[in-house]
Amino acid sequence: MKADPKCVLTGVHFLDGDQACCEGAIAAGANFAAGYPITPSTEIVERYASRAPKVGSVFLQMEDELASSIAIQGAVWGGAKAFTVTSGPGFSLMMEHIGFAAMTETPCVFVDVQRGGPSTGLPTLPGQADVMQARWGSHGDYEIIALCPNSPQECFDLMIEAFNLSEQYRVPVMFMMDEGVGHMTEKVVIPAADAIDVFPRRYTSLPPEEYFPYRPGPDGIPEMVKAGDGYQFHITGLTHDEQGYPAMTWQEQEKLVRRLVEKIRLDGDRLKRNETFGLEDADVVVIAYGISSRVALRAVQLAREQELKVGFLRPQMLWPFPEKAIRKLAHRVKAFVVVEMNYGQIVYEVERCAAGEARTVLMPHGGGTVHDPEDILKVISEVAL
Amino acid sequence: MANQMPAPKFQGRVYIDWDRCKGCGFCVDFCPTKVLALSEEFNAHGYHPPYLLPEKTCTGCDLCGIYCPDFAIFSVRVPVETEPSEGGSSES
Amino acid sequence: MSASLPDTQPTNPVIPFLRTDRMPHIWCPGCGIGTTVNCFARALVESKLPLDKVAVVSGIGCTGRVAGYVKLDSFHTTHGRAIPFATGLKLANPELTVVVYSGDGDLISIGGNHFIHAARRNADLKVICVNNFIYGMTGGQVAPTTPVGALATTSPYGAYERPFNLPFLAESSGAVYVARWTAFHVRHITRSMVKAFNKKGFAFIEIIAPCPTLYQRRNRLGTGLEAMQFYKQKSVIKNGASTKDLDISFQTEIVVGEFVNIERPTLRQAMDLQLQRTLASRSAARK
Repeated sequence: MKADPKCVLTGVHFLDGDQACCEGAIAAGANFAAGYPITPSTEIVERYASRAPKVGSVFLQMEDELASSIAIQGAVWGGAKAFTVTSGPGFSLMMEHIGFAAMTETPCVFVDVQRGGPSTGLPTLPGQADVMQARWGSHGDYEIIALCPNSPQECFDLMIEAFNLSEQYRVPVMFMMDEGVGHMTEKVVIPAADAIDVFPRRYTSLPPEEYFPYRPGPDGIPEMVKAGDGYQFHITGLTHDEQGYPAMTWQEQEKLVRRLVEKIRLDGDRLKRNETFGLEDADVVVIAYGISSRVALRAVQLAREQELKVGFLRPQMLWPFPEKAIRKLAHRVKAFVVVEMNYGQIVYEVERCAAGEARTVLMPHGGGTVHDPEDILKVISEVAL
Repeated sequence: MANQMPAPKFQGRVYIDWDRCKGCGFCVDFCPTKVLALSEEFNAHGYHPPYLLPEKTCTGCDLCGIYCPDFAIFSVRVPVETEPSEGGSSES
Repeated sequence: MSASLPDTQPTNPVIPFLRTDRMPHIWCPGCGIGTTVNCFARALVESKLPLDKVAVVSGIGCTGRVAGYVKLDSFHTTHGRAIPFATGLKLANPELTVVVYSGDGDLISIGGNHFIHAARRNADLKVICVNNFIYGMTGGQVAPTTPVGALATTSPYGAYERPFNLPFLAESSGAVYVARWTAFHVRHITRSMVKAFNKKGFAFIEIIAPCPTLYQRRNRLGTGLEAMQFYKQKSVIKNGASTKDLDISFQTEIVVGEFVNIERPTLRQAMDLQLQRTLASRSAARK
């Protein structure tokens, strides 16, 4: 399915990440957004509020993030394509409903424009310390997909990807921006609508008598319905059987949770998006994402100029984590240098996947600004010896 | 005999889901014609379900049905065949 | 007289609205929730709403289980958040009649903020709040509706906080239809529900109902039936009374009735009107 032309601002633009994210959502066909103002994400919904009536969409500023995160799911079950937008403190408030979306397999997108934390932290400055929270923030066992853009262009492109993945896997997708990328203004090329692929919602074609809301297809994912079509289905956050009815036994729990987790985990081969550079002969691989990847790449370029064999791997999909890529590299590289704007989050995944075969070095940062490429270069040089 | 009430054209029939009842007593208490009572017997879950008292006639108002929190009782109105009579009550 | 019996066994009028494959339900003997569901079923029949277009959204709690028992598109959401879910649902599909069916703790305590905002916005939701003055599902904790002096597990020496007066809260937040009944008032409940279904905007019906296992028993108030008898004796119908005068104290008179029935634009109508106004004037200005 292609994007609807009336939703796509085809052309060459000069936009910041927040604005581009909004356009990506609209281009993907998101016709409902609910949100609550929180720096540095507010511009996304401000733009959406302005664009929505012109493209036949609805924006509702809710009373808080708890309401926003569940209103979008009500809208999805009413047939809309929906997303919400927040930053750290609001992301924390949304955790219960991220779990609800995972449990009920409601396709929707949660945008977190990360800022300095913890708590109120640095509202107007970047951070990258919510990445573990994106994966583990809600209680219970579940899997999500998290994408991480590093430019306004990617805020547009990957936002469309986020919606497509959420529809394909019937899972909430975390869109992990940061204030650096969100407030950076760059050229954004928005293609023609027919160049944009949109994954259609997996509505069932079965009649009500034969339809089971949580009976999985061959890929482990059930087909969907919406309210008002005569299916008279039931959705609950309680552990449920294929009919969607509460079924609170350990057997049903095992069956359901295993499927929720495996539908993502076992598709790891298809679920990866990495940008790489210079890996073929690398001794040291720098891993970075989001705004940190911009300065990290600069450091890698400087290192190459000094004839150091340094490679670069930038996950655009943070979760599921690119385990295979790291494991393979760990067999032959000496070390990974993880550059992230936190005190250690993705580094633990790298370390886990390296399984001791390569050294893992963290370049932490409290947040508030980016690493200095010269500092990164220094660490690379030390590690490369 | 001129002032006697005309015989009802309908009466009620009450249906009780014996094992679904939890013996709360709403139906007994709120029946406007007091035709129900809780029986001495137990159902499978140990509750005393209601029964229609002998000699009593249900009117089919279904108040028992609307009150019952367990959906275990309801009544319907059924038409009554009346014998043709002249100026008097028909026989019960 | 001889009665002619129906040829086949008739069905309980509530049955077509129930997921019979999930019966019996989990509610206690003498609990009032099932009674309200009977009223709901009859109200749906009377209002002639197309059942495919009725959706029920519940929160967590004993009343929250209603969503799972009714044979309609139904959603058992998170604690306190039925209303914002329902708001999104209705905005995405305006054809639906969206009923929020939940308890006092769910809607007014954790859900309080969402309640007042949805009423303020006049979101087109029919909110049925079964008020049993307690948190039933979790074992009988104090609720923001528990009368002063009543015992609950988390106020074992008696509740001491002034409880909310729900019709007053609903009216002052902006609800366009406000009624309170007890589970005794089955016909009135049904009538109010029909009115609420046909009403455009935030319609609120509080139904005081017994929780025999927890509220009644802990406070030595007897069975569910005794609670219903109490409602019958101690309630007084005062349609049109000021919602300010509807406070409930422990085992005192309960004023019931229909208190508010006004018209104002729903959330959607207000949104569309405002957009129309501004966008039309802007495009006119540009010309």
